[in-house]
Amino acid sequence: MADKYELSWKEIPMGFVFDKPMASRENLTGSWRSERPVWDHSKCIKCGVCYMYCPEGCIHETEEGYFQADYDYCKGCGICVQECWTQCIKFVPEES
Amino acid sequence: MGKRRGVESSIAMADAVAMCDVDAIAAYPITPQTHIVEHLSELVYNGELDAEFVPVESEHSAMSACCGMSAAGARTFTATSSQGLLLMNEIVHIVPAMRLPVVMAVANRAISAPISIWNDHGDLASVRDTGWLQIVAENGQECFDMMPLAFRVAEDKRVHLPIMVHFDGFIVSHMIEAIAYWEPEQVKEFLPPFEPQIRLDIHNPVAMGIVGVPEIYYETRLAQHQALLDSLKVIKEAFDDLERIVGRRYNVVETYNMDKAEIALVMMGSLSETAMSAVKAMKEKGIEVGIIRPRVWRPFPTEDFLAAVKNVKALGLVDRAFTFGGHSHPLATEIKSVLYGSPVQPKIAEFTLGIGGRDVKVEDIVGMYGSLVDMLEGKDVPRIQYVGVRE
Repeated sequence: MADKYELSWKEIPMGFVFDKPMASRENLTGSWRSERPVWDHSKCIKCGVCYMYCPEGCIHETEEGYFQADYDYCKGCGICVQECWTQCIKFVPEES
Repeated sequence: MGKRRGVESSIAMADAVAMCDVDAIAAYPITPQTHIVEHLSELVYNGELDAEFVPVESEHSAMSACCGMSAAGARTFTATSSQGLLLMNEIVHIVPAMRLPVVMAVANRAISAPISIWNDHGDLASVRDTGWLQIVAENGQECFDMMPLAFRVAEDKRVHLPIMVHFDGFIVSHMIEAIAYWEPEQVKEFLPPFEPQIRLDIHNPVAMGIVGVPEIYYETRLAQHQALLDSLKVIKEAFDDLERIVGRRYNVVETYNMDKAEIALVMMGSLSETAMSAVKAMKEKGIEVGIIRPRVWRPFPTEDFLAAVKNVKALGLVDRAFTFGGHSHPLATEIKSVLYGSPVQPKIAEFTLGIGGRDVKVEDIVGMYGSLVDMLEGKDVPRIQYVGVRE
């Protein structure tokens, strides 16, 4: 992505059309996060509400049936923390 | 030349669009534009025109559909007026930024409130900075001729931008005129098939309309501005070719009686036809006056305008729209900005008239020329005159 942002105005492709689909994956939005969701499996009922509500689509089901965020893309919005029925997801500051 | 036939301008425009073999039309009816898309709809449903006609639920959807269809590589047309143009405004800005060559006819109509279905240039003024090429036609023949021209210029790979063809609602749109249709082979010679430079294609996927973060947005805007400025030479080429093929001469700035006149009015649209009668009336009084009519409003043809005005000593700028709270109204603002710092420095008077369908008489225009004569003789003339308003 970096090279695209260094174009001069004369080099802008017509209509600023971008010919590399899925390039948003290169943009690791996890760096935006100040707090991360952490799951306590002892309270988790594997309902998947966190997975359903995640606006980033970055929560996936693990082989054991628990749920986990991909921290490369999780922006730390906290919606999963808010929505979890059993309050098993804690919001932990990134510094700790 | 094609046979002349007595036909309503709107119907002739629709026929011209059909002759251009348009692929896709999305439109919502609004007075006084309705007859154009109504007739196109008829042609499609009668099987006379092989095109996709998308009847939508609003103008916002009409322009959104046009955006998508053009992005898919279709030769795309729509038409609107006034409130419809305002409702589609969000997408009107997006289409040129995405460099999609949609052609739109705009039957100029006043803007609410109060509600007015009648003609002025309020809607035209509202889209000045949207990034579309904008042509302002004078009569039905010009409306017809501007349809193939619009598709050709818009789709030219050096341009690839949308075009609005403005024309006065009712005064032109509902007028029955003798209009010379082009022969099909003339359209074919003038207008090559559409070869999109950018398009949605599942085999070569692209992302259109992506986010422009602060590091790149500025560059995209300047690129878009330059593309619009550069389109002027393509318009001129197309005017030359149009003359060669159908024998009618169009210029980016039209002049009338300007070889003799040192007094001139600047105006756009059909008003200049009434003004021609005023020029003749002034001639009978022994005074030579002229008309300067920018046919192309965006990109503004600065050099051509300065050439047209070079011998003028008294210039009247005629607006048919308001810039509320501004120092001048839209056309006057533009022309004064073009003249500032130029070697040509005529005395200037500004006029507003023909607002919300208020009739403009030849005497009104003779009166404006009279003011310019007074100004040249050193008499005091108001900076802006609201011609025909009740005091």
